[in-house]
Parts: sequence; structure tokens; C-alpha cells
Amino acid sequence: MKRRDFILKSTATTAMIGIGGLGLQAFKKSTSAKHITILHTNDVHSHIDPFPTNDKRNANKGGVTRRATLIQQIRKENPNTLLLDAGDIFQGTPYFNFYHGELEFKLMSKMGYDAATIGNHDFDKGIDGLFKQWPNAQFDFISANYDFTNTVLNGHVKPYQIYIKDGIKIGVFGLGIELDGLVNKTLYKETKYLDPVERAQDMSHTLKKEEKCDLVICLSHLGYNYRKNPDKISDLKLAGLTKDIDLIIGGHTHTFLKKPTVTKNSVGKNMLINQVGWGGINLGRIDYYFDEADNVGQGTNIIV
Amino acid sequence: MKFFYYLLIPALIFSGCQRQQKLDIQRIEGKQITIDEKLSDEKNIDKFISPYRDSLQIQMNEILAYNPQELSKLSDLPETNIGNFMADLCYKIGNQKFNEISHQNLDFVLFNFGGIRASIPRGDVKVRNAFEVMPFENEMVVVKLSYDKMQDLLQYLASNDKAHPVSYSLRLEIKGDQISTVKINGKTLENRPYYVLTSDYLQNGGDHMTFFQDPLELYALNYKIRDAILDELSLIDTIQANLDGRIVRIEN
Repeated sequence: MKRRDFILKSTATTAMIGIGGLGLQAFKKSTSAKHITILHTNDVHSHIDPFPTNDKRNANKGGVTRRATLIQQIRKENPNTLLLDAGDIFQGTPYFNFYHGELEFKLMSKMGYDAATIGNHDFDKGIDGLFKQWPNAQFDFISANYDFTNTVLNGHVKPYQIYIKDGIKIGVFGLGIELDGLVNKTLYKETKYLDPVERAQDMSHTLKKEEKCDLVICLSHLGYNYRKNPDKISDLKLAGLTKDIDLIIGGHTHTFLKKPTVTKNSVGKNMLINQVGWGGINLGRIDYYFDEADNVGQGTNIIV
Repeated sequence: MKFFYYLLIPALIFSGCQRQQKLDIQRIEGKQITIDEKLSDEKNIDKFISPYRDSLQIQMNEILAYNPQELSKLSDLPETNIGNFMADLCYKIGNQKFNEISHQNLDFVLFNFGGIRASIPRGDVKVRNAFEVMPFENEMVVVKLSYDKMQDLLQYLASNDKAHPVSYSLRLEIKGDQISTVKINGKTLENRPYYVLTSDYLQNGGDHMTFFQDPLELYALNYKIRDAILDELSLIDTIQANLDGRIVRIEN
């Protein structure tokens, strides 16, 4: 297998020129070409209105009405779009204290979210409080490492879900952070935390090899990276310990990345990790362009 | 679109997929889009939020009590009027709740200076003020502290120059960075464990209050500090919070 070196370019135009002959070949459109767009948020924390104009860091950023406009624009451009959230939907503004998450779930449903995973703060009104808002969520909740068997959520959370867009099979599985020490047990009750690495290995194998998904996405609330605690499992660590995951959409650490991280999995294959801060300040967007193997040639271009 | 950076990485990807017309990923583009005022408001969503927003505003603007003087933490003193107000109301309400579950009484309350996030201006006190002063969801916990850890706690207060809120039941005189006098409910420090109310955040070692970790006993009151403020404000007509010399610093 021939590997190419990373070529770093500052603008789209030079990038196109930079790849020369490959670029011309790679961008040749064939009739079977398909385009999938993945949109994502994380740690929105009940930020329904934009941040106040006197906010020190995020003045006038965010806001659900604007996010909805952007999502509509992108869907108009590409109807084959999947919209995901990586958890901590709840807690952070009085909207949550007064309406207990009702508005957050209703708005996500109206914006057409496909799936979310569960963050630690989503237990802030207890697992019963979370379940009480269940009817307001017209999207899937996905978690492969929380065992809800002895809780009210039993049977309501799937380890993974497969979405088919324009014939492309997209497998999404979820991972949550260890709740012990982070959330009061009286809130999460009998929820059991399973090893995220083992579950990720199982899930990605199932989705890629058995379900034959074209894309495997891990929706994670593990956190991007823990520099002071390198043994703690994080998205960056998980990437290197698994194979068959194409994209990790992360949350929890409120990490602002200048661009999605390109990293290698356990067999040295490139994959992406992305996280977009918190509070609904950013929307992440990853576009996948598929083509017949013959047209793709020997490489995938990752442009971030 | 300013976050649109381009990094071109040709990578080899092959699909394990066995299908007649085999599709591979030809190109991946990733970026993040900032949500700001350049994007218009989606009208239907805005209309949907409106009644929630309006009702929230009405509830946040509900007047609960009157405040005759500004309560703030802006002072050079080792105590603040807002800290005394918070600690004393939590002592009163927290002790009732603690007594119900343990049949014991609190000795005192200790929070951290940084946990008070806003002042309460003179005039009408609204629900909004409680959310501004205490935006976090911290809950009350009671720890049974050993005599050794009590000494760590007192030494922390002596050597830390911030005006950490304590209830009136604790009176300290600090000389330099040493405690010269301690009175807890009028009595000098005894060689016994003490019941101290604090927040779950501090109990977990927040603000380096490590003496709260691994206590002899831990009681979760399942009661938010903000709810205590709201409950107290609903109960009283006028806030009475004063500096009373509960912590005095004497220069060496």
C-alpha cells in the first residue's frame, strides 16, 4: 500500500493546484458519485438564545434560530444530511431550570436531529427527569456503553443505529463517560458503565464487517483528550485503540478545535475526530464524497 | 467561514464492503461554521420559542424581597456581606434538612469566595438575582470532619487571604497566617469531629479544599444552594446581611 505525505495548503485554490494531476482525477464527477453531509453539535447546555452581548468570550454567538437557518440552508444544498449531537444537551441556562429540558428536545426535533448520545449533565434532573422528556425527542438516543437494563430507560436507548442516505449506509454508535464521581448516583441510579474501548471495538466491527456500513461514526461524550491524566480514556486515545471507525464526533471537554483532527487508528489508517466547543457556538460539518472504486483510484483526499 | 482551513491529506482507504458497484470515499471535507448574527433567525423556530422565552422572563423578573444595601464581595475585609448572607441562610435551612436525616446539628458552613458569581444590587431582589449569584447547580452536602481535618480547614482559612463565606457560628481571629482564636457556637475548638455544610463541588476537592475529601461521614442533602437562596428570599421581606467581625485579621 502506497502512502502519500501530508501536503499542507492554506487555501482551497492552492490545495487544488497542489495536488495537480491527482486533483483533476479526484474531482472528476461520475454518475454514481454520492455526497453525504454530517452536521454536529455538542455540549449545547440549554443555550437556546445567543450568548448575551456583554458576554466576555462569546458575545452574541450561538442561538437556536440561527442554527436552524444554517441547517436548513445545508439541507437544501444536500438533502443527504445527518444531524447529530454528542451529549450535554441539558443544563446551563434558566430554560433548563424552568422547563426541565422540554424545550431543548422539542427544538432539536424541529431542527431534524437524527440522533444524540447521552452526556453526564443529561442526568441532572435524574434518569427519571430525562425519561420524562423522552416524548419530546423525535430523534434516536444512542449509547453502547451505558447499560440501562435496571432503569426506566431500559429498551429506549440503542447501542447503535444505521441510517441510509442516498443508498449509503451510515452506522452510528454512542459512548458515554464514566458517571461515578461525576454524577450523583441518586441521579443515574442503576445505570451501568461499560468499558468504552471494548464496546467501541465490538460496535465498529459489527457496523463495518457485519452490517457492511460505508461509514462508521462514533458519537462520543468521553472528552477529546486529557493531557494531565493521560490514562483516562478520550477520543484521541480511543481512535488509536480501535479500527473501522471513520469519524469520532466528540463532546464533554468543550474543546474548540481550529479544524477537525486527522489521526491514525490502530492499523495506521487515517480517521477524523471533531468537536465544536460548546453552547451552540459552532456547527461541525463533515462532507463525504463517494465514488466508484475505479474513479477513486488509490487515495482519499481529506480536506480540513 | 473563517474556520475553513485546508489540509490536504491523501490517505488510502478501502472499503470492506462487497457490493456489485463498489463505492469508496473519494474525498472528505471537514470544517466548523460559527453561528453568529450573519445568520438570520428561522421564523418558525423563533415563534415556537417565544412563549417559553416570555414566560421565563416573567418568572425571572418575579420580585421576592427587598434589599436595603448592595451585597457584594468587593471589599478588602476577610468577610463580605454577600458571603455572610449566603452562608447564614444555608446554615439555617441546611441545618433543618440535616437534622431531619441525621438528628444531629451543624457546627458551621464553609463555601468558597469564587463560588459567588454576582452582586445583589440595592432594591427589589428578583429570581434572576439568585441565578446570577449562583448559576451553578451545586448542592448542599454535610461532612463529618475529624479533628485533624478541622485543623487543616482552619489552617486553609488562615493562610488563604480570600474572604471565603462562613456562617456566624464560626468566629476566627487570624494573626499573620495563623489562627489565634477559634469559637464554634461560642466554644473553643474541641478534640472531636465537626459537622460542616459545604457544596458538593468543594467536597470533591474544588478550590483545593482537600480537607473535605474522604470525610468520616458524608450526607447529601439533595438540595441546591440556589434553591436555598430562592426559598429564603421567598420567606423574608427584607434582606438583613451585615459584616459582624466573624473573621478578623490582625497583622503580625
